[in-house]
Amino acid sequence: MSTHKRTTASWKTSLSVGAFLAYRELRRSNPWTTILIVFVMTLTFLNLVVVSGILVGLIEGSIDANKRMYSGDVLISPLLEKSYIEQSPEVEKIVRTLPGFVALTERYAEPGKVVSNYKETLAPGVKPNQTSALVVGIDPVQEDAVTGIGSKLKRGEFLSAGDTEAIVIGADLLYEFTPIESPSYVTLKNVTVGSKVLLEVGNTKREVTIKGIIKSKAGDVDARVFMLDSEFRKIAGRGDYNVDEIAVVLDGETTAEEFKNKLLASGVGDYARVQTFEDAQPKFLKDIKATFALLGNVIGSIGLVVASITIFIVIFVNAITRRRFIGILKGIGISERAIKFSYVLQSLFYALSGVVIGSLLVFLVLKPFFAANPINFPFSDGILVATVSGTATKAFILFIATLIAGYIPARMVVRQNTLSAILGR
Amino acid sequence: MPLIEVKNLKKTFQSGEATIRAVDDVSFSVEEGEFVAITGRSGSGKSTLLYQLGLLDTPTSGEIHIGGVDVLTLESDGRTDFRLRDLGYVFQDYANLPSLTALENVMLPLLMQGYTEEEATKKATNALARVGLQDRLDNLPSQLSGGQQQRVAIARAIGHDPKILFADEPTANLDTETSETVLKAFLDLHKDGQTILMVTHEPEYAELTERIMVLADGKLVSDKKTAKH
Repeated sequence: MSTHKRTTASWKTSLSVGAFLAYRELRRSNPWTTILIVFVMTLTFLNLVVVSGILVGLIEGSIDANKRMYSGDVLISPLLEKSYIEQSPEVEKIVRTLPGFVALTERYAEPGKVVSNYKETLAPGVKPNQTSALVVGIDPVQEDAVTGIGSKLKRGEFLSAGDTEAIVIGADLLYEFTPIESPSYVTLKNVTVGSKVLLEVGNTKREVTIKGIIKSKAGDVDARVFMLDSEFRKIAGRGDYNVDEIAVVLDGETTAEEFKNKLLASGVGDYARVQTFEDAQPKFLKDIKATFALLGNVIGSIGLVVASITIFIVIFVNAITRRRFIGILKGIGISERAIKFSYVLQSLFYALSGVVIGSLLVFLVLKPFFAANPINFPFSDGILVATVSGTATKAFILFIATLIAGYIPARMVVRQNTLSAILGR
Repeated sequence: MPLIEVKNLKKTFQSGEATIRAVDDVSFSVEEGEFVAITGRSGSGKSTLLYQLGLLDTPTSGEIHIGGVDVLTLESDGRTDFRLRDLGYVFQDYANLPSLTALENVMLPLLMQGYTEEEATKKATNALARVGLQDRLDNLPSQLSGGQQQRVAIARAIGHDPKILFADEPTANLDTETSETVLKAFLDLHKDGQTILMVTHEPEYAELTERIMVLADGKLVSDKKTAKH
């Protein structure tokens, strides 16, 4: 019992003396040295948080765009064995009555072709410059109100109610924006706003004018051809009002999963496939997300090793240059534990400073900045993803690494012979 | 019972194939309250002897009993704790910690003994006042003269009322006037009953003590009371 008490007191006393030494050492050390070390720790922490945050944010930007401009919170599409959503008007009615519903947009869709040089192919030997695309019929007002794709035009204008002979084409179908020379992926050359192209849906062909070119960076949107739903029904022979996609936007309080379950409970699952925005994500997006998360962790781990080595070097150099004073401390009866505490506490101070400054930079400067000015990656508008819990975890890991990196050199120097340290031999 | 009892103490070093006997079969005892000077020529082993007595080094063989404790049986932590509570050590070159003020240097061993900051401040202030530095409490070592720094070291060594005060050539780096101030501090402490063992190579300073032990080639060749005594 008494031994336990004495041990506890000794730890407490050692910690108290260690703190006494560490505080004074830090307060009276060269301020520029301290600033430099804290600067390095801040950069290390930023490396841990920001690099992986940007990598994840790159994909988050893409996922977010996919959700906003394609799937909505919940996407309703045909059953796998069907070519359209059966009982579409009924399904729409059910959707509109469920709590959490805010808005929806309906789309017709059929695979088709777009030919750019269709006039030249009348001459013998001229190969048509054509590409396959999903032709989508929309109500432009409703679509723009729900997905906002009308603001994502790279050139030209979005469709309006009277544009019966016009289309908006995705940038991925045009060579100018997607310069790919591949037999399996052909893009249209010499096509811009105002160009006339031949649109083929089933057996129907129609000459249409390109009114706008869309580049939304949202999944398949940029590989689509948009036209008025009324015109689509004519050329696709669809008079039954059964649509192919219904994208639903929710109020933010109801989760996509909850809404999906309500739809299924209402029997919608008998006529259509119901997916949350996560279910509806393209597979490549899920794969890239997993890949980048892994990559972020790898880079973060390297950052952590760099931080540990930095602290190790700082503390080791600090301890080595004060080897004689460590000997004196031991000589006057200061315990090894107290001396080690003083170095570990100094390390933790550096880590804490780096974490605090780094966190302030992340949450008050970098995150708002990237939210307002996303990084213009080719396939997404990258933001900085940094959650409080994720950042706290990284800070904790940095503290542990710092604690070990500060303890090891302190232990190495403190264990040296007292007299040798005092005499500097 | 003597405060310090040394029996057949030996400390040897290996230098190539040669064995150097820094302390060679030394035996003596010191009573509580004595002021002893250990003197001898350079390389005679006087500092080495003090390191063994101050538990800063481990002898090759022999026995050291301090206050009835066989100190050579203590483990490393036990020796550190013994130094903390029972011994005070004044080094030749002051050995103050540069990042601590005079007051903080003296407070440090007291805090390690478990005194509160308030108690440690009070005791440290008293110790500094005893060596005449009551107006230099908040000065860093770099802001003090050599003599003042040595007096801080003395205050640190006596702040916790040690059983024995060891001083290793405390005036070696000081001018005559300052040396006398430091020696006066030792004499005042001795008057108050402090047991002191001081290594010095200055015969006139050794004469100020009450007993002189002379070492030559590691052997204790003379051990006599001074005229003062």
